[in-house]
Amino acid sequence: MHYWTTRRRDVLTGYLFIAPQLGGVVLFVLIPVGLAIWYSLNKWNVFTGKQTFVGGDHYAALASDPQLPSVLLATVVFSGGVVVLNITLGLLIAVLLNRRFRGATFFRTVFFSPVVVSVVAWTLVWGFLLQDNGGINGLLRAIGADGTNWLQHGDTAMLSVIVSQVVRSVGVNMVLFLAALQGVPSELYEAARIDGARSRAVFARITLPLIAPTVLLTAIITVVGALQSFAQIAVLTGGGPELSTTVLVYYVFQQAFEFNDIGYGSTVALMLLSFVMVLTLLQWQLRKRWVFHEQ
Amino acid sequence: MITARKLLGALALTTAATLTAACGASGTSGAGTDGANATDVKLRMTVWTSNADQLKLFDAIGDAYRAEHPEVTSITFESLPFADYNTTLTTQIAGGNAPDLAWMGDLSRDLIASDALVGLTDKLKATDGWQYDDLADSATKEYSRDGTLYAYPFSNSPFALYVNTDLLAKAGQTIDPKTLTWDQVAAAGAAVHAKTGKAGFVIRDFDYKSWNTLATVWTGFGAAAWSPDGKTCTFNSPEMQRAFTFLHDAAFKTRAMPGPGTKADFFAGDAAFTVAQVSRASLLTGSFKFGVHPLPAGPSGRHAVLGQAGVGVLAASKHQEQATDFLAYLTNPVNAAKLAQFFPPPRKSLLTGAKLAQNNKKLSAAQLQEVVVDQLPNAVTLPNHTSPAEIAQKGKTALDAMWKPDADIPAVLDSVCAAIEPILAK
Repeated sequence: MHYWTTRRRDVLTGYLFIAPQLGGVVLFVLIPVGLAIWYSLNKWNVFTGKQTFVGGDHYAALASDPQLPSVLLATVVFSGGVVVLNITLGLLIAVLLNRRFRGATFFRTVFFSPVVVSVVAWTLVWGFLLQDNGGINGLLRAIGADGTNWLQHGDTAMLSVIVSQVVRSVGVNMVLFLAALQGVPSELYEAARIDGARSRAVFARITLPLIAPTVLLTAIITVVGALQSFAQIAVLTGGGPELSTTVLVYYVFQQAFEFNDIGYGSTVALMLLSFVMVLTLLQWQLRKRWVFHEQ
Repeated sequence: MITARKLLGALALTTAATLTAACGASGTSGAGTDGANATDVKLRMTVWTSNADQLKLFDAIGDAYRAEHPEVTSITFESLPFADYNTTLTTQIAGGNAPDLAWMGDLSRDLIASDALVGLTDKLKATDGWQYDDLADSATKEYSRDGTLYAYPFSNSPFALYVNTDLLAKAGQTIDPKTLTWDQVAAAGAAVHAKTGKAGFVIRDFDYKSWNTLATVWTGFGAAAWSPDGKTCTFNSPEMQRAFTFLHDAAFKTRAMPGPGTKADFFAGDAAFTVAQVSRASLLTGSFKFGVHPLPAGPSGRHAVLGQAGVGVLAASKHQEQATDFLAYLTNPVNAAKLAQFFPPPRKSLLTGAKLAQNNKKLSAAQLQEVVVDQLPNAVTLPNHTSPAEIAQKGKTALDAMWKPDADIPAVLDSVCAAIEPILAK
């Protein structure tokens, strides 16, 4: 019997098609994750290259790390703030800019343009604006108000980081929502209008269910993006004051590359990875409850 | 269809590949030396300067060395940004891509403690005309262990007090540099701030983050961050409390020092005083009249504080022998004199105001004698310890509570000790 049957040829073609992506996943995901697991079980003296197997010591240290509660709290506040603001503002702006009016294209460009700016450059500018004698307090003084020392107090430092991040990235969600909104069939709106439905009901009963897949997509990428935000923290606050803006990904960097404790940094990184995986899976499962437009 | 058996097989293969890669990565310590007979030796030295004139000088010395040593085919000076220098260097070492030679600052203790540097003493003493005894003891102390020198301290820049005399005159203030105290600096600084809106005194590079630079103040108060053996935290001593009370008052009561989050650049004319290294004199542009003096006296008198940089050979270098030989050449008396135009040297023979002034266009021989030469013999360095980044970060996190108007100073200093003591004890 001939070896190259049609079925086998089809299977090979399939594998060849996915080979580049699979190769990338193995090289840039599976191997690094495997290495991180290996490093988390070792104490690595980076100056000499010597590794000593320490088993679960780093995991035990993580469980009793006195800084971890503050770091987790900062991570939750930052990610929660970014996700909620990013999705609600993105949707709000998209709904507003989905209407036909003069200058709509200009405003879409304005809201999207920060996305293409380098994150470090963007954050440096915000750093100058937010310092005690910076631009924002100058504007506040001009209208007779007293600004605070934004980056020096825990609450306002976190707020500053969240706002600078949201202003920069809200354009991505806005564009995705705009595309989804434009895909909603206009005859549904016309039918609702004929039936006398109010705007709020139209939005809740027609718009939102029909763009639910996009809401799911933006929720997943915004949560993952928020948990990976590093440059904003590093440049704007350096994790301070105290630990108020030290989020997990910044903590990983500190431990691994500033304190040269690659083993412990890898352990924290694996914890972050597990958070991202659990949250993504959770959202994926919850889609069954609130995403109505899968087919 | 993918069966469970195939899936398990793929997983096992991936795990095996991962562990193989991990084992390979762990074997990066295979440093060594190619010996004297090596050919086509390429040396690389990491530096944190990007100053074109300084790099040009290094290149010129490298070219001259290569002319005498044809086996060395290239010497590269790799300029890394100062802010990320330690991180980049350690990442290079960990990644098996260590340079042959490296500049170092506060990373030196870790490198020496880990046996990551090549001992230099024997080579330097055996090099004809190198004159090992010419090195000042105060300069070599920080880079030595058990009588062996591990890095050549090519830059020994004492901290000095720069004064904008134009600003002082505008505010009707006068100072006597001979008897100047920190209290007088704060009083004059507060008056300048009140009259001109400019800043009083600025501890350059501190910016309410790099607290180790505050040693330029607390040393005058008789305080130290930890005991001389580095094992006990002394951050909560009465002397340190007095020093931080002075700084806190300056930031929040008299406003002699710009508060957190406020930028003021002395060299742009924004402040009456700054504490900065002598090497920063190159930033003076002549836009205002200035004076430069030794650090003011505190309650415990006048003390000199030093910022240092050294250059050493990494044990991970594949060409230890050639790298050490080049280091001996780079730092011999002739080349040390050339380096002295940028960096205060460790050689006693070069340490006179007149000699330093030959290459310094900003400061006079008398000024250099007073702020460099006379300060070096008894100067202490900025706090230096193993795990410097972790100590700096944990100390900073605890000290953030200090920079509020109603801070409980003794409690904050206690919290600094609580944060850094476990690291000191390692």
